Amino acid sequence: MTEVARSVAIKLRSCSKTFPDGTKALQPLDLDVGAGETLVILGPSGCGKTTTLRIIAGLDEPDPGGKVLFDGEDVTPVPIERRDVGIVFQSYALFPNMSVRENVAYGLRVRRRPAAEQRSRADEMLAMMRIEALADRRIDQLSGGQRQRVALARALAIRPRALLLDEPLTALDAKLRETLRVEIDGLLRRVGITAIYVTHDQAEAMALGDRIVVMEHGRVAQIGSPREIYRAPKSRFVADFIGTMNKLPGRAEAGRFVTAAGSIPWSREAGAAEAAFRPEDARIVPAGPDALRATVTTSFFLGDRTRLVLDVAGTAVTVDSSERAAWTRGEAVHLAVPPQALIDLGDRA
Amino acid sequence: MRGRGIAFHLQLAFTLLLASFLIVPVLASMLAGVTANYLSGVAGGLTLRWLGEVWSGYAGQVVSSLGLGLACLACTLVLGVPAAYVLARRQGHVARMIEELLVMPVAVPGLATALALIVTYGTWGDFRTSWSFILVGHVLFTLPFMVRSVLAVMAAIDLKTLEEGAASLGATFGQRFLGVVLPNARPGIVAGALMVLTLSVGEFNMTWLLHTPLTKTLPVGLADAYASLRLEVASAYTLLFFVMIVPLLVAMQLLSKPLGSGRRQDR
Repeated sequence: MTEVARSVAIKLRSCSKTFPDGTKALQPLDLDVGAGETLVILGPSGCGKTTTLRIIAGLDEPDPGGKVLFDGEDVTPVPIERRDVGIVFQSYALFPNMSVRENVAYGLRVRRRPAAEQRSRADEMLAMMRIEALADRRIDQLSGGQRQRVALARALAIRPRALLLDEPLTALDAKLRETLRVEIDGLLRRVGITAIYVTHDQAEAMALGDRIVVMEHGRVAQIGSPREIYRAPKSRFVADFIGTMNKLPGRAEAGRFVTAAGSIPWSREAGAAEAAFRPEDARIVPAGPDALRATVTTSFFLGDRTRLVLDVAGTAVTVDSSERAAWTRGEAVHLAVPPQALIDLGDRA
Repeated sequence: MRGRGIAFHLQLAFTLLLASFLIVPVLASMLAGVTANYLSGVAGGLTLRWLGEVWSGYAGQVVSSLGLGLACLACTLVLGVPAAYVLARRQGHVARMIEELLVMPVAVPGLATALALIVTYGTWGDFRTSWSFILVGHVLFTLPFMVRSVLAVMAAIDLKTLEEGAASLGATFGQRFLGVVLPNARPGIVAGALMVLTLSVGEFNMTWLLHTPLTKTLPVGLADAYASLRLEVASAYTLLFFVMIVPLLVAMQLLSKPLGSGRRQDR
């Protein structure tokens, strides 16, 4: 297989960032990325995710005191041109004055490598991205998906110590985004390079990340595997940002969660509480002691499943059911949620 | 043609009329330069005598006008392109203010600028009588055109990200500037260069005040010729001006071509 990268472990130590106008873009941040790991930084715009990436890249400096370490070596004072990281930008940043091959070879050209090596390395990268046929094209003759492949080939051509991707798929249409996401995932696994991937798209984050860092207002809200983030969100923000989360108000007492629509088993310390659960974890069941009474508000047939919106004692609850049954608006149903699927988001705020 | 109504023909006639209104005097003037006698017109015979007379008397001015234009171009390139780059990369109010101030020499009448130069530097040794005195005036006047034209192109491409991309690949500032910034700003640089060269070669009202009998440019000579010599000689002067400036413009336009198409086929 193509030898591509020398992967490093990346550490950030109390990296904060204050913009000249006084805006605090990033609160002091500690972050550890393992060698070869794909870390996705996920969050809404303005959460500090791009700033974090730019600090790792060397495009921005952290406030004094912050440190960036590559395999334990302090690279904070090393400028981007000597940091050896590949960057893929949302806007591609390909050079319009050069052909595809010249773009890919640019990193070797500025390093004054022999022309033969430049060419063979560029062709090797183009073959890896399966775009050999485009080598002599000009950038303005390429589609968005092709441009992003060239950008990936160009970033990897210099055998970077890490690959940084800043919303690489955002400028593409939905279908192409899906295709290229699968391709990038395969590429990162194959190459085994340390990758940091910034996105606001939770589906991308779930599919690509070994771990996900969810950020909010310049702070880390939660770090974990996609499963942990989805199954056990630590805060309302994380729960709301990723997937759909139902939140049902009520009281916990004597091993049950009691609402105005009945009660279900839940072992939590007694008190006012809010039980959260995912749409696919709830089930429509016959009436019984461990089910909540609900009324169907709307029902969408989505092919592989039916998405129901229920009214449970005045709260809208979304349920995904893969049963073949059909429901009508206004129908009375009963809802069960297994105790292990209930998430405690703390006392009702 | 049958499908086209009367409106089309009226518009065509109007356009042709307007175009000829503008072009005929130019052609007439150029023609006058090669007629033996202006009053008898083309019927009186054609001659290159006047052209020869102008050339023998004013060849020096032709050369110095061109030299001045090229020197002015060199100055605006060296000053204007980096200035445009800095203005394109800076976001602040100061940069925008400087951008506006740069246009001042165009807004202020050339005579006023010339007068200010004479009042301030007129007594500085040989400066007043040297070519560099006129050069300074021309650079002042043409620099905004270069900066504006380059800046417009630089603002249209995402210069910041392009440079960050190049830097991430290991390019130093010099490599980025020469290999990425300049080639991509090239359309703006060529357009600016055309402006500067034509403006400098054709500049009259500022030069008229700044010149000395020994530092005379073509347009100033043209004015002298119109004022004091036969009309045929003055017209031959105009002809000479065209013969000089048109190939220059064509050559510069051709210079901008290879980037767009030529390199697509190589390799």
